Amino acid sequence: MTGILLQSAIISTPIEWYILLSAALFTIGACGVMFKRNAIIIFASVELMLNAVNLLLVAFSSYHSDASAQVFVFFIMAVAAAEVAVGLAILSMIYRNVKSIDIDVLSKLRH
Amino acid sequence: MKGLFIISGLGIFAMLAEIFKGLGLKKILYPVVLLGIIAAFVVNINYEWNNTMSISWFDNMIVFDNFALAFSGIILALAFFWFIFANDYFENTTNVTDHFALVLFALTGALMLTAYRNMTTLFLGIEIMSIPLYVLAASKKNDVSSNEAGFKYLILGSFATGFLLFGIALVYGATGSFDIMTIRTKISLMEGSMPMFFNVGVMMMLVAMCFKVAAAPFHFWTPDVYQGSPTVITAFMSTIVKTAAFAAFVRLFLVGFGNINERWEMVMAVIVALSLIISNITAASQGNVKRMLAYSSISHAAFMLMGILAVKPGMSIPSVLFYTLAYSIGSITAFSVLYNVSKKGGEGFDAFNGLSKRNPLVAICMTIAMLSLAGIPVTAGFFAKYFIFTTIMTTSFKWLLVLAVLTSAVGVYYYFKVIIAMYFKPAETTEKVEIELPVLLVIVITALLTLAIGFMPNYVIDML
Repeated sequence: MTGILLQSAIISTPIEWYILLSAALFTIGACGVMFKRNAIIIFASVELMLNAVNLLLVAFSSYHSDASAQVFVFFIMAVAAAEVAVGLAILSMIYRNVKSIDIDVLSKLRH
Repeated sequence: MKGLFIISGLGIFAMLAEIFKGLGLKKILYPVVLLGIIAAFVVNINYEWNNTMSISWFDNMIVFDNFALAFSGIILALAFFWFIFANDYFENTTNVTDHFALVLFALTGALMLTAYRNMTTLFLGIEIMSIPLYVLAASKKNDVSSNEAGFKYLILGSFATGFLLFGIALVYGATGSFDIMTIRTKISLMEGSMPMFFNVGVMMMLVAMCFKVAAAPFHFWTPDVYQGSPTVITAFMSTIVKTAAFAAFVRLFLVGFGNINERWEMVMAVIVALSLIISNITAASQGNVKRMLAYSSISHAAFMLMGILAVKPGMSIPSVLFYTLAYSIGSITAFSVLYNVSKKGGEGFDAFNGLSKRNPLVAICMTIAMLSLAGIPVTAGFFAKYFIFTTIMTTSFKWLLVLAVLTSAVGVYYYFKVIIAMYFKPAETTEKVEIELPVLLVIVITALLTLAIGFMPNYVIDML
């Protein structure tokens, strides 16, 4: 019963709202990647971008009554986890070499 | 498909070889990998070419048609050459098996990208290919510039993935499917009544793919990543990864969004123009050969994009295929020479000074590679550019052709800097660059292939 109520609650909200919310989250994430200088925050911002996509996919999936997008969300989650694992490993290696996680110290490669 | 199974099996085998040390699997790993790649190549070409029975896998998610088989054939051949010339990079590290496993999994992703028919497999292919490469780019643990390269590649790679996924989500929202063929049908059915966010989705996917193939203005990570990564990994990125990314690009935009080309062709034309101008002008002022090759790879990406831009599947696909083949083989020669030269002399142009006196054979092969990359006649590179030009001639983008010819002239300048250094500059040392026999064979064979393809381009073009 609650499942049906929830379903209708999702449908009764116009899809544009979900698109706007996801777009806003995605933009915040993208800005975080571009303007933040702390590597951990950059990773968190990337996660935010990916989760905005997850939200959008689940909303569309509900509107199309099609489960394939929800399977896609699982793939995104798994890949995001793998990406962060690799990222943190690289980051700890950088920390060992330069004793900082500020990305401004990473500017050795210039011309 | 069997090739894909073999390659991923080899990756798992490489990981197991580390666990079961007692069995001595580590010693036979290298020959097994080489044999496995040959087996995958043979299986692809012999059993699956023109075979309609074994085409569709996993509910149409992976489809090994002739297009996919041709691109994966190129990728496997490149991987074979790459493993031979990169061997001594692996020998010097303690964790050989890990590196082998990572490279093989990246190859798995590359093969998936040639054959996807569903947005899910496109995304998974890109990630399976990229994640091992992030690790490989940073694999010189104590070298800060390698760390930096890996980190930049990771951040910008996942940034691009975010764009790709958002694009996929919007396209899914508009069409209700992840399947490329279904999307194509839906587009032609709903033409005109498509919601506005569908266009945004297509644009975001275009941006993400341009990130992946390194086209301007989304190229800024390329020089840093290519320069900081170990040279053998750079060679992998600029040949195999580029080929796979272009296979994916072609399939997505010629098959998936092929009949709405008027919505994206103008943006792509601007991207091509920017890539041609920025890459060639910046490459001319570089003092580091690796960085020069990185910028030149951006200009080659622009040429391949021109093939896609034409949206004439009958002409575009063979010309892009031919270009990836010519470019990748030339790059393998160039990078294997650079790798061996830079061991002692560094990566500047002066490391090549007087190479013709020290190693005449290597100098000749490097000259052939440079001529091919510059597009001088009777090399593969000339015909690659020629086919792209004839393709773009049939469209309304003739102004790009003029721009491409002009910027190629700049390209000749910086490729010839290497040749001039090898033949006309006095050498500082008379010491020969030591190159092992298998690596020397790779250099000579790839140089000969460049010439052979240049003499009979029609054999390759008629294959598809």
